[in-house]
Amino acid sequence: MKKMLLGDFAIARGAYEAGVHVATAYPGTPSTEITEELSRYPEVNSEWAPNEKVAMEVAIGSSLHGARTIVGMKHVGLNVAADPLFTVAYTGVNAGLVVCVADDPSMFSSQNEQDTRLIARAANVPVIEPSNSQECKDFAALAFEISEKYDTPVILRVTTRVAHSQSLVEIGERKEVAVKPYVKDIAKYVMMPANAKKRHIVVEERLKKLTADSNTFDINRVEMKDTELGIICAGGVYNYVKEALPNASVLKLGMVYPLPYDMIKKFVAGVKRCIVIEELEGHIEGLLKANGIANVEGKNVFGIQGEFSVNLIKEKILGQKTEYTVADIPARPPVLCAGCPHRSVFYTLNKLKVSVMGDIGCYTLGAVPPLCAIEATVCMGASIGMAVGAEKADPAFARNTVAVIGDSTFIHSGLTGIVEAVYNHSNVTVIILDNRTTGMTGHQNNPANGKDIHNNPTYEVDLEKVCLSLGVPSVSVVDPYDLVAMEKTIKEELSKDGVSVIISKRPCVLLTKALYKGFLVTDKCKKCRACMKLGCPAISFSENGAKIDTSLCTECGLCQKVCKFGAIEKIGG
Amino acid sequence: MDILITGVGGQGTLLASRVLGKYALDNNLDCKLSEVHGMSQRGGSVITFVRIGDNIASPLIEEGGADIILAFEKLEALRYAHYLKKDGFLLYSSQEIMPMPVVTGACAYPTDIEERLPKNSKAIDALALAEQAGSAKAANSVILGAFTKIMNLSYDKMKAALMGSIPQKLADINDKAFDLGYNF
Repeated sequence: MKKMLLGDFAIARGAYEAGVHVATAYPGTPSTEITEELSRYPEVNSEWAPNEKVAMEVAIGSSLHGARTIVGMKHVGLNVAADPLFTVAYTGVNAGLVVCVADDPSMFSSQNEQDTRLIARAANVPVIEPSNSQECKDFAALAFEISEKYDTPVILRVTTRVAHSQSLVEIGERKEVAVKPYVKDIAKYVMMPANAKKRHIVVEERLKKLTADSNTFDINRVEMKDTELGIICAGGVYNYVKEALPNASVLKLGMVYPLPYDMIKKFVAGVKRCIVIEELEGHIEGLLKANGIANVEGKNVFGIQGEFSVNLIKEKILGQKTEYTVADIPARPPVLCAGCPHRSVFYTLNKLKVSVMGDIGCYTLGAVPPLCAIEATVCMGASIGMAVGAEKADPAFARNTVAVIGDSTFIHSGLTGIVEAVYNHSNVTVIILDNRTTGMTGHQNNPANGKDIHNNPTYEVDLEKVCLSLGVPSVSVVDPYDLVAMEKTIKEELSKDGVSVIISKRPCVLLTKALYKGFLVTDKCKKCRACMKLGCPAISFSENGAKIDTSLCTECGLCQKVCKFGAIEKIGG
Repeated sequence: MDILITGVGGQGTLLASRVLGKYALDNNLDCKLSEVHGMSQRGGSVITFVRIGDNIASPLIEEGGADIILAFEKLEALRYAHYLKKDGFLLYSSQEIMPMPVVTGACAYPTDIEERLPKNSKAIDALALAEQAGSAKAANSVILGAFTKIMNLSYDKMKAALMGSIPQKLADINDKAFDLGYNF
C-alpha cells in the first residue's frame, strides 16, 4: 500500500518497520515530527528528553543494552550532543543506534546553516542521506543494519526539503527484532585511556572497511548518460539535478561519509567535466581532492549559502537564467501571535529601556519591530551566560540587562546558567517565559509542564522551587497579562543585589482553543498609537484610528490596559 | 500540474495542500508536496508547493513554473506572482491581512494589487463564502472547490479527498464551502 508521507514520518515508519524499540529526541525544526510520529506506535518506547545530549546518552544506554534505538535532533542539537557522539563512535553499539539529524539550508527556522557532515567526519561516524520520503523510510531501516554490521552509530542526515516534503511511500509491516542480550564488556564500553586507545584503532579500521565496502553499496549508484558532464550529488539536490540536467551522467551518493573513492574515481575518469553539487559546505569535494581525485569542480561553481534549486543549477551550469521580477511590496515577517503571553514582557522591557539577552524560541520574535527588545540571540540557553558576562564587562549592566528564556529552553540548558550566576556572585535578572509548552516546534510537552510525550501526567519540574534550591535569593511569579505587576516586578528585581528570577507564567495562547468575541475600538480613540507599540497582529492603524481584527483577537486585554482614553472595549461587555 | 499555495501562517494552506496530495494518491498519480513548518507559521508569509504528475523529482516549483497559484490572501498573491507560468492562472482570495510593517506604519498596504497581478488572475471572496458555509476557517475548502472547477478536475474525486482529510464533525461546513467555491 502506498501513502503520502512527510520525510520525517517516513523515517519514523522506516525505523518502526525495522523493529526500533526506543525513540528519544529534543524537538527541533525540521526534525520534530520523527519522534512525534514514533510516539504513536505502542511498540516503541518513545520520549522527549530535556536536551539532545541527554537524548543521545539515553540512546547509547538503550543500544548497549540491546534495544534498536533512534535519536532525533536538528543540526544545532548535534552540537549539544556532540560530546557523547564522539565517544560512542569509539565504544560502538550493541543493537542498532541511528542518530537522525536534520539540517536547515536557507535557515527556515534556525540560527545558523551548519553542515552535519562535517561533525560526522570529525566524530568518525558514517552518514547516509535520503533524497525523498521513500528513501527516508528505506534508509532508516538500512541505517540499523549498517549500525549493527559495522558496530557503529550511524547518522541519518536529512535537510529541510527532504524532512518537510511529502511524497509516496510503500508501506510495509513491522519486523520484530528481539532485544539483544546485554553483555558486560569493560574494555569496549569504559572509555578510559587504556581502553580508548585500543578502541581508536577499531574506529580507524572500521572506517577503512566502510570506505572499501561503500563501493558496493546499492545506495551509491551511477546513472550513466551523456559523458560530456558528470554530476556527483546526494540527498535533496539529486532531485534538482535530475530536472535541471536530465541528460547528464549522475553519481548519486546514498552514503556521504565515508565516500566510495574507487567508484567515484571511475566515474570521474568516464566523464569530460565533473561537478560536485552539494548544499552547504564543500564536504564531498574536499574529501575527493584530499584523496587524490583532483579533477572535480564544486564550490568554485556553487557557494556555501542557502538551499539549491533547479533554476540555480540551470543558471550555474547551463548559463540559463530564468528572468522574472519580484514585486516590491511590504514584507510579512513572522510575529508573536495575538494574545501571546510573551508580548507584555517585551513591551515592558522596551518601555523601561532594558537591554535583553535573548534565547531560542517563539520569543526570539521579541527582536522584531515594533518590540525590538532582544539584543542578542546565539543558542539554546545562552541568554543567562551572556547576561552574566555583560556584568563582568561592566557591573552597571546588571542594573539594566536581563536574560529572557523559555520554559523548555530553560530545562534544556538554562539550569547551568543559573548555577553559574549564583556561584559567581552575579546580580543578574533572569525572566523565564513559562508558556507551559515547547511552542515554536509545534507544542511538545516538556519536563516543566507535567505531561509526557503521550500527554500522560508525569512529575512536573517546579521552576520556582528549582531556582530557589539552586540558591537564587529572589524568585517571583507574575501573570504576563498583568502589565502593572510585570513592570513593578522587573523594576524591583533589577535593583536588587544577587540573582533574581522572574517567572512569567501563562499558557501559550494557541493551547487554549476558546472562542472569542474580541475587543473593539470606540470613537474615544485619540489616534495616539499607544496600542501600536504592542506589535499585536490583531491591531491595525489608519487615519480613522486603531482597529481590532476580531477574528484574531484573543481578548488578552493588553491594548485596553495601555489605552489612556478608555477607547477599547470588550465586545458584549 | 504544478500548484503553488500561499497565504499567511495559520490560514490553513497546509491542509489544502494535503487534500491535493490525497487527490493525487487516490488517482494513482505521483505527487510531491513541500511544506514550511516552524518559525514562518507564526503569522508570516507561507508557501507550499504541490506537484502532481507521472514522475516528479523535485518537490519545489521554480520561479515561472507554476500552472496555478492559489493565494489565500491578496498581498501574498502578488508576492509569489513571479512563480506563475506565462499561461498560468492565479486565483486569490480578496481577503486582506495587514503584515506587521504595515501595522506599525513603516509602509502601506498596496492599493494597486489587482492591477499589478498577472492578467490571468481572478479574485474570490473566500472568506465571505466560508462564513456563508458556516465558518471562516473553511476558506481553504472554498478555494479548493473553485480550483477544482477552474482546472476541470473531477468534482467527486476532489470532494472525496477533502472529506478524507478533515474530521467528521467539520464535514458539513466544508462540504458546503467546497460547493460554494465550485459554483463560484
